[in-house]
Amino acid sequence: MRTIKEINQKIKKGEAIVVTAEEVIELARKKGVKQAAREVDVVTTGTFGPMCSSGAYFNVGHCKPRIKIGGGTCLLNDVPAYTGFAAVDISLGATALPDDDPRNKVYPGEFKYGGGHVIQELVSGKDVRLEVTSYGTDCYPRKKLETYININDLNEAVLFNIRNCYQNYNVAVNLSDKIIYTYMGALKPRLGNANYCSAGQLSPLLKDPYYKTIGIGTKIFLGGGIGYVAWQGTQHNPKVPRKANGIPQAPAGTLAVIGDLKQMKPQWLVGTSMLGYGVTLIVGIGVAIPILDEETLKYAAVSDEEIYTQIIDYSQNYPQGIPGSLGEVNYAQLKSGNITIQGKDVPTGSLSSYSKAREIAEELRVWIKKGDFLLTEPVAPLPGAESDYTFKPMKEKPVNLQGGLS
Amino acid sequence: MISKRIVLHFPHRLVDQPIVYKLVKDYDLQFNILKAYVTPQEEGLMVLELVGEDDNFNKGIEYLGSCGVKIQPLSQDVIRNEAKCTDCGACVPICPTNALVIDPLTRKVHFYDNKCIACELCVKVCPPRAMEVHF
Repeated sequence: MRTIKEINQKIKKGEAIVVTAEEVIELARKKGVKQAAREVDVVTTGTFGPMCSSGAYFNVGHCKPRIKIGGGTCLLNDVPAYTGFAAVDISLGATALPDDDPRNKVYPGEFKYGGGHVIQELVSGKDVRLEVTSYGTDCYPRKKLETYININDLNEAVLFNIRNCYQNYNVAVNLSDKIIYTYMGALKPRLGNANYCSAGQLSPLLKDPYYKTIGIGTKIFLGGGIGYVAWQGTQHNPKVPRKANGIPQAPAGTLAVIGDLKQMKPQWLVGTSMLGYGVTLIVGIGVAIPILDEETLKYAAVSDEEIYTQIIDYSQNYPQGIPGSLGEVNYAQLKSGNITIQGKDVPTGSLSSYSKAREIAEELRVWIKKGDFLLTEPVAPLPGAESDYTFKPMKEKPVNLQGGLS
Repeated sequence: MISKRIVLHFPHRLVDQPIVYKLVKDYDLQFNILKAYVTPQEEGLMVLELVGEDDNFNKGIEYLGSCGVKIQPLSQDVIRNEAKCTDCGACVPICPTNALVIDPLTRKVHFYDNKCIACELCVKVCPPRAMEVHF
């Protein structure tokens, strides 16, 4: 029907028809998939949820005399950064915690500040305290450094999330008799609530379920700036069971994404505290799906009613790694505020902000309409449902704790 | 009839006096204690739902003021930091009084402070910590 090249020409001329992943549902219902595919050039998606595998790397520049942070220790506002690189390259993960954070010693821990918050503060343009100790070498003699750094003064500041943008996610519940605190939020006992975490019909990979347009190299909205899909994300799992419409019924594909942190915005990268669990980062992502044919439109027009996911017990099954679902629900049911599990009416809560996902899809549409954002051909495809790519549990091998070879 | 949720601050010198009792006996007011404690500064803090005839209610409030009790509507004490809230909805199933609800159309979270009982369950459960209590 049309190629990405043709779509880009339309975008440049300001003639491209761009709709959001919500609007395309209505359009396909009214006019039919065939007609909608003829009319629409691009569908914009969005998601705004917490993702613990977010992180950033920095080159902080060389001080005088020089110091070798590599192999030393490095703190950013007391949060430890990873130093196993060259002299002044460091990397910070969203879940990193200050050494003196009490964690869950006082249960449930509050986790007020960590890597995710440092990333947000840097993006806000706030100065962050860098504290380094090192061992000193002939070429890097300095052993201590304490200074404020600012994102604008760094050589590179790059957001690099090794897993993001989950294609579908579990609904978390608690079957036990006491409240539990999880990465899916606080779960009240005896099915007190059911928490979900996906933008559903707005979520990028749910609107391109077989990764026909999203691949390695795809340009995306990332944290309010421009980013790219770097690779499949960790735990990418394209072979999970799918409904007849192709939509995975459980957590499936993921993306590793990368982009210049300097042009991102703090309202789209939010440091977050999960009570009793830890610190993480909420990341805003938007992907533009080119409508190449009727098939890409049919997938992009899938609605909440047609996207199903599994209800998982986080008191026993999840922590013990015991497979099993308490049932299947769709996102329209989840968004209604109540679902039925084992005959019980259970209120739902969301960790992913649907209204922000909507804003992202809207903003991406504006970028494209203005001609600021052209679409990209993937450089290589993501491993798909037909591949042999799977997500395996750990293979533990017993270690002789007495020492020596077993 | 007036029904209001108010926060009372009792100075140290009043902590051992039966002030709420007077509200019932002299002003015929109904009360429901939502929260009560003595702060480390030995100031008493009480969150009350107070119900009564208009005239009685106003006189009761006047009485509290004359004793030196500081009165504030609860809605001024539990607030949502709009700049921090991401409208995710993690707080919604946790709130016991449905003071936090998600709008089915806009998918934005509304905070009805008139329904809030200051239990503070939402405060620590909120991922970006947007719910704030300022007693």
